[in-house]
Amino acid sequence: MESLKMKILSNVQVSERYWHLSVDASQLQTKVSPGQFFYIRCGEAYYPFLRRPFSIYRINKQEKVLEFLYLTKGLGTKRLTEMKAGEKIDIFGPLGHGFTLKDDASNILLLARGVGIATLAALAQEALEKNVKTTAILSARTYNDLLATETLQSFGAIIHKVTDEDGTSDVHNVSQLVDTIMDRDHIHAAYTCGSKRLARLLQEKTRERQIPAEIALEENMGCAMGVCFACVCDIQEEDEIRSVRICLDGPVFPLEKVIIP
Amino acid sequence: MTNQTVQESLNLKVDLNGLQLSNPIMPASGAFGEGMEGVIDFNALGAIVPKSITKHPRPGNATPRVCEVPAGMINSIGIQSKGIEYYLKHTLPFYEKYDTPLIASISADSIDEFAEMSEVLAAHRRVDALELNISCPNLKGDGQAFGMDADITYELTKKVRQVSDKPIICKLTPNVTRIQDIALAAEEGGANALTAVNTLLAMSIDVHTRKPKIGNVMGGLSGPAVRPIVVRMIYQCYKVTNIPIIGCGGVMNGEDALELMLAGATAVQVGTASFINPTAMLDILDEIKAYMKEHKIDDINDIIGQVDINE
Ligand SMILES: Cc1cc2nc3c(=O)[nH]c(=O)nc-3n(C[C@H](O)[C@H](O)[C@H](O)COP(=O)(O)OP(=O)(O)OC[C@H]3O[C@@H](n4cnc5c(N)ncnc54)[C@H](O)[C@@H]3O)c2cc1C
Ligand SMILES: Cc1cc2nc3c(=O)[nH]c(=O)nc-3n(C[C@H](O)[C@H](O)[C@H](O)COP(=O)(O)O)c2cc1C
Repeated sequence: MESLKMKILSNVQVSERYWHLSVDASQLQTKVSPGQFFYIRCGEAYYPFLRRPFSIYRINKQEKVLEFLYLTKGLGTKRLTEMKAGEKIDIFGPLGHGFTLKDDASNILLLARGVGIATLAALAQEALEKNVKTTAILSARTYNDLLATETLQSFGAIIHKVTDEDGTSDVHNVSQLVDTIMDRDHIHAAYTCGSKRLARLLQEKTRERQIPAEIALEENMGCAMGVCFACVCDIQEEDEIRSVRICLDGPVFPLEKVIIP
Repeated sequence: MTNQTVQESLNLKVDLNGLQLSNPIMPASGAFGEGMEGVIDFNALGAIVPKSITKHPRPGNATPRVCEVPAGMINSIGIQSKGIEYYLKHTLPFYEKYDTPLIASISADSIDEFAEMSEVLAAHRRVDALELNISCPNLKGDGQAFGMDADITYELTKKVRQVSDKPIICKLTPNVTRIQDIALAAEEGGANALTAVNTLLAMSIDVHTRKPKIGNVMGGLSGPAVRPIVVRMIYQCYKVTNIPIIGCGGVMNGEDALELMLAGATAVQVGTASFINPTAMLDILDEIKAYMKEHKIDDINDIIGQVDINE
């Protein structure tokens, strides 16, 4: 992890609620892997006070560019939209542990809701590099919010879109879709981010079919270095329930172990 | 020593009444830990202060455990802890590789438990001093803490004094009517030094969901929002007590640290600032040195309590 001031290359609105930020990461020495995150300062002022965590969306290794995809939610992300190309941004990371993609996997399934797509996109990129076939179910409120579709398609992923708008995103429908995909393809690993309901669903499906699965979790953070114990969640290991820190032990965890509240 | 070396060297050493520090900057308990090893050199700090330890493992409070407010944050971690056995076996040995004095912060449920834990920890060779966290607002209902009562503070400190030869530091709570009374009680009980102060009991509500922003409803406020209150409390304690004060609360940069020292602090703890700037403690040290050079101050001790008030 490094705390650096990076130059903003671009920061643009890509749909009604989403923005895309890319920064010059040529000073960064540490390798970044999909599922890891950066803790970003949204301005110099004391309000917003804390940094904001964002997953790595795309890693451009040749050009040393890091990309983030973010949803405008509250004060922090609003301030972030006001930052302009050419300005410096205070970025701390990479933090946490990313996804595991085994070399012998040939088919993976991504199940993302909303901005969870941003977290899983980098994994689809790695899958492409490793010649792994990716199938993705993307769920969102509206078609307008399904913006990472093209990025994922450019990584060779097969996309299934479901939305609240057209009534296709309910758990029952997604459950059938997951079954269809899992019956058709031999899925070696599954990954999810962005929805507790979908996480529960995938937990059930991957348990039944004994498919290894991982989830990227979110929780309000303090230090992001594992010292303050703000962003904790419970993990079930055999008979024991263990508290883990999302920033340090995660944000990616084995799905079967996570106690989804 | 030649005159020249005297001129060039700044003295940052401070003495906490039995505990010598190479400089006055140290972390605040709960905002520091092993995870910061990759970011700052622990040997550059005046002291190491690990998170408060409890006798038995504690799960901590419900999430969300932190929320942001203007110029600060509220936390209610609830002292998530692996217990004293783990601390003796893993935490203290982890810090063996550093020379920096270690102040063990203790949190307990009763006076007897404070004494029992203090005895064990004071006997450990890696522990250089004890900080008694008699001020955590996140353990009992409505933020009750031992340090809200002068008599209890006195009894508690006295009991710990009897079992520890190592310096005792009482960490005071700001959630009291007259902090001077508590400071004097701790001094009388035998404390070597005071930490002023822990977090301010606070609450924040999301007006859209009408829910408290903290899982435990209330929590402790920290960060620059609290600094003027902390400066005032240090000043009040400094005027009535004869023991050194470690200032704590809202320090984000070198000038903030110097402000606490001018009010009467001998050393300064840095907590929340490390969440915003992970290298804050080292940056603060550099800024203090720059200030000393600018103002031609050779010895940091010359500024302690030196706020200029015409009385
Ligand atoms: C590991 C991790 C990776 C993330 N990756 C992305 C990403 O790639 N793209 C993206 O758009 N969002 C991501 N998020 C969520 C993002 O951090 C929040 O949406 C953002 O912090 C909201 O800030 P705000 O000031 O706009 O909103 P507010 O709601 O005003 O924020 C108030 C406070 O709550 C915290 N907070 C609010 N929502 C969340 C949340 N979901 N998770 C953690 N803290 C939250 C904020 O950090 C802030 O301290 C990620 C979260 C985590 C933990
Ligand atoms: C997340 C968090 C956890 C804390 N945990 C402890 C603790 O375990 N023991 C303690 O004495 N103080 C604890 N504190 C209080 C700090 O040590 C310090 O008194 C307070 O944060 C004010 O300083 P600051 O404004 O520099 O952060 C904690 C503070 C924060 C923000």
